[in-house]
Amino acid sequence: MFAYLVKRVFQAAAVMFVISLIGFAIQDNLGDPLRELLGQSVSEEVRQELREELGLNDSFVTQYARFLGKALQGDLGTSYFFKEPALDVILKKLPATLELVLGATLIIVGLSVPLGVYTAIRPNTILSRIVMGISIVGISIPVFLTAILMIFLFSVELRWLPSYGRGDVVHVFGNWETNFASLDGWAHILLPSLALASIMLPLFIRLIRAEMMEVLQSEYVKYARAKGLWPWRIYFVHALKNTLLPVITVGGVQIGTMVAYTILTETVFQWPGMGFMFLEAVNRVDTPLIVAYLIVVGFIFVVTNTIVDLIYGLVNPTVNLARMGA
Amino acid sequence: MNKFIRTVAICVMSLAFAPAVQAQTTVNVAYDADPVSLDPHEQLSGGTLQLSHMVFDPLVRWTQDLQFEPRLAESWEQIDATTTRFKLRSGVKFHSGNDMTAADVKWTFDRLKESPDFKGIFSLFTDVKIVDDLTIDLVTSEPYPLVLHTATYIFPMDSKFYTGMTADGKDKAELVKHGDSFASRNVSGTGPFIVSEREQGVKLVFDRFTGYWDTASEGNVDKIVLTPIKEDPTRVAALLAGDVDFIAPVPPTDLKRVEDNAGTNLITMPGTRIITFQMNQDRVEAFKDARVRKAIDFAVNNAGIVERIMRGFGTVGAQASPAGYLGHNPDLKPRFDVEQAKALMSEAGYADGFSITMMAPNNRYVNDDKIAQAVASMLSQINIKVDLQTVPKAQYWPKFDERAADMMMIGWHSDTEDSANFHQFLTACFDEATGNGQYNSGRYCNPEADALMNAANSETDAAKRAEMLQKLEGILYDEAAFIPLHWQNLAWGARDGVHAEKIVNALNFPYFGDLVVDK
Repeated sequence: MFAYLVKRVFQAAAVMFVISLIGFAIQDNLGDPLRELLGQSVSEEVRQELREELGLNDSFVTQYARFLGKALQGDLGTSYFFKEPALDVILKKLPATLELVLGATLIIVGLSVPLGVYTAIRPNTILSRIVMGISIVGISIPVFLTAILMIFLFSVELRWLPSYGRGDVVHVFGNWETNFASLDGWAHILLPSLALASIMLPLFIRLIRAEMMEVLQSEYVKYARAKGLWPWRIYFVHALKNTLLPVITVGGVQIGTMVAYTILTETVFQWPGMGFMFLEAVNRVDTPLIVAYLIVVGFIFVVTNTIVDLIYGLVNPTVNLARMGA
Repeated sequence: MNKFIRTVAICVMSLAFAPAVQAQTTVNVAYDADPVSLDPHEQLSGGTLQLSHMVFDPLVRWTQDLQFEPRLAESWEQIDATTTRFKLRSGVKFHSGNDMTAADVKWTFDRLKESPDFKGIFSLFTDVKIVDDLTIDLVTSEPYPLVLHTATYIFPMDSKFYTGMTADGKDKAELVKHGDSFASRNVSGTGPFIVSEREQGVKLVFDRFTGYWDTASEGNVDKIVLTPIKEDPTRVAALLAGDVDFIAPVPPTDLKRVEDNAGTNLITMPGTRIITFQMNQDRVEAFKDARVRKAIDFAVNNAGIVERIMRGFGTVGAQASPAGYLGHNPDLKPRFDVEQAKALMSEAGYADGFSITMMAPNNRYVNDDKIAQAVASMLSQINIKVDLQTVPKAQYWPKFDERAADMMMIGWHSDTEDSANFHQFLTACFDEATGNGQYNSGRYCNPEADALMNAANSETDAAKRAEMLQKLEGILYDEAAFIPLHWQNLAWGARDGVHAEKIVNALNFPYFGDLVVDK
């Protein structure tokens, strides 16, 4: 187990190193950060002075070596726009994004399991057909369109829910302010979470349905039926447990992917998280922030994958992490 | 658990006290971006100036019909060719409680001269002389007609507040373009609002300054919450849903929606930013011929672009200076006649046309990429084949500096609100020493035009100056130095009861201090 974790830490370091190199290599193609820092009628001379000051005239190797040297001491550079260390900016925005992902995850888990199981055991009812039909539509509409449609329906037409932002957040500790502690907070997080969930929810319903249908055909379920077990016990205790193995694997990876999807959702809802911050940073050519974001997201991916592996080991005793680490 | 109970208690209390809080007038404003910094000298941009008009006051400011209105300067007179004397208002207090005096104006002026962004505007200004506590002399190196124009950029800062050292040993007056500084996070001006809370990119909260000098102002807003909402549909939805009271800009696609919706009003005004194309004479031999440039101008249907692409949200232009500017020449009419364009092309020996490259940004101006596509297809009618490339603004400007295409789009707003500025940056002969023609990617160069600009810049008689600048526009028109398309209009959306129409202007600096909201 320990060896496995050590191995994972090294993998994470390697992943982040590669990401930082790629991020650094593409930054020249993103545009000129000075255009966002200076007004339009500033002379070329002043531009050059600032470029020199920022070290943008140095060679790629010099710049990257300087970045790496500081990164090893935990300094990923200072954001041009926020004028704060890039890592601090991201950590400030992180709770908002994680809460959004959590909200979406709760919706996905809460809906996909019952709906997936139901459509598997009663595939021909009208309700099942409606669920499957909607899920096809849901998976094919881009998330920003879903989001805008929801804003116009629930905020503009019905006026049930607020249209943007986080609303009244309650401070918990450090950088963490939560949406889950006030009614206004809940109202604000509902639409963005639904929008974000709309991409993954159909996928999970279909996945659980397919797995469940397969399991229901297996010998042990037939045996359980023959034995006369109560059907709900067969479905939810015996069948569902075996259905969940592949769901957890896919789910872990997808929740990581969801962090990436927050870029669109957060932009539409003006959600002050790090996805929105990233898109803004790209528009402003805030290169230190862009590189730092890529590294942090890379780190989140590695962490979620590690956790998935650990959970997998708990659910499926045939997987031995200690052996995998060796 | 204790924490949870406390949290619940706070929630309950905030609900209970909510009606009491709403007794004061709060206006929620949504812009597409929030100001980069609280330092008014850090970046010369619309966002900075919008903020400056809320937290500071200028010596003089523009009215809706582009006249000067006294603010911190009560009156002014020219005492000799290069000196203008300003009498300052007495009894004006900064947010910190300090009195505003001539020393603050001088201090601010000296800081402006150090600002990379602002020093260009002040290049001809040599000094502020303190005559007495409430009188200053603004001195220029030569007779200069734009003294008052420039005085709109002097927002006196609280010199006592910005003097000294911060806890970590930095000078409070320090002006930093990137990185942390005292002035970028702390502010003390004389303006109608004090900044009470700021989370960059999330919200900016202003409270009315109780010691504000302008007690004659009818403004009755106690609190302003400015939220940046980047996405156009979300910003409009927030207004329509009643979550915010005032938005800017309203995108062209939603103008009708905001106007027709019960409970919201649309306010539009012709803007002062001209959208143009430049034709690079160094890259394309044919562009050296004025007939070819004119043919292009005749081939481009600006009115059609405004009607179809901008949905009427623009003012068709035939010159750089918008109406209201000294140099605006009312005789110049937009040219559009494809037959004449073809005739000019064959006259110049290019009846069979030629191929060129074109570049435009796709997220800088309203509908910029669609405009470029339309222009490209219009040029095909006179056999000019266009290879068009549109790129995000961050990549566009480096390309523009390289003069990377034969025709390039550029929009320009004159920082001085004066006609000469257009020519200086867009069409003057390129000169590295003076910075003239910095954005002249067409490489158009006409010494006669430059001489007119220089003469106008030291002519203090407004009537003579207007004549020179209008003649200058006439020359650029006759030679088709560039292709003017339109001035982008400005649009704001406000809910009923927010009388924003009185506080907005073509410069897009709403004077929130004077905003009246029905209670």
